[in-house]
Amino acid sequence: MYALIWRLLPGSRPTKIALAAVLVLVAAVVLWYLVFPWLEPKVQFDHGVVDGGRTGAPSGGPSTAPPG
Amino acid sequence: MRTVIRTFGELCITAGLILMLFVTYELWGTGQYTRSQQDRLGRELEKTWQGRVTTEKVNLGEGLAMIRIPRFGAKYHFVVIEGVGRSDLRKGPGHYPGSALPGQVGNFVVSGHRTTYSAPFNRLGELESGDKILIDTRDEQFVYTVTDRRIVKPSAVEVTAPVPFHPKRRPTDKLITLTTCHPKYSAAQRMIIFGKLTAEVHRRPAASGK
Repeated sequence: MYALIWRLLPGSRPTKIALAAVLVLVAAVVLWYLVFPWLEPKVQFDHGVVDGGRTGAPSGGPSTAPPG
Repeated sequence: MRTVIRTFGELCITAGLILMLFVTYELWGTGQYTRSQQDRLGRELEKTWQGRVTTEKVNLGEGLAMIRIPRFGAKYHFVVIEGVGRSDLRKGPGHYPGSALPGQVGNFVVSGHRTTYSAPFNRLGELESGDKILIDTRDEQFVYTVTDRRIVKPSAVEVTAPVPFHPKRRPTDKLITLTTCHPKYSAAQRMIIFGKLTAEVHRRPAASGK
């Protein structure tokens, strides 16, 4: 797979290295800013609310308006 | 055949690298967001406290009070957000809407992340009976003293009742309850810290209207 990508990259060796680095960077940015924020609530291993068994956020609560 | 095996191996290594990046995102990247939100909410809270107040109602997602726990160091402070929705808890510890406000008779219930999003309640397990939890509001600082620590099921809503474990009973005490996940990096159980109001300190001696 990576050998194929390497062969498909145009130019001489330094160009290829630079292009490969850009590709890695683009992949990392897409993961960090698009994929991970979308994935994060789906694999929530850090959920601290007691909510009577509902898995989602109990935004409905006992009452959404705070007293006073 | 060789190509197939090699491609499979490469995919496995790629998946491993992505997973490592994801863990970094969970434990560190999410905290960046919380820190920026906390800075913003802290500034807003200061501004609100400075201005003349007309109504004390705090909207969902806005800062409500400041929590300090001396055992976690003098620098430990978080703005408590109104609401315990996912987007609220990303900004910091959240107050259960409908539970008592700081200093009121009843139960002031706050939930917070333990490992991600700056992990405000990361060290809750270190709290012992007698430790202080300070809640700063506009005019007063409420000093709560830890009375108990429990591990309960995620469905144990009775800990958030005005009288914990007795949902029907009328409250007479001023209590605080902190909830977070337990064990760390898991959502299997909840750790609950109970506390009782033991002192009230006026934050501004010259405050009018109080």
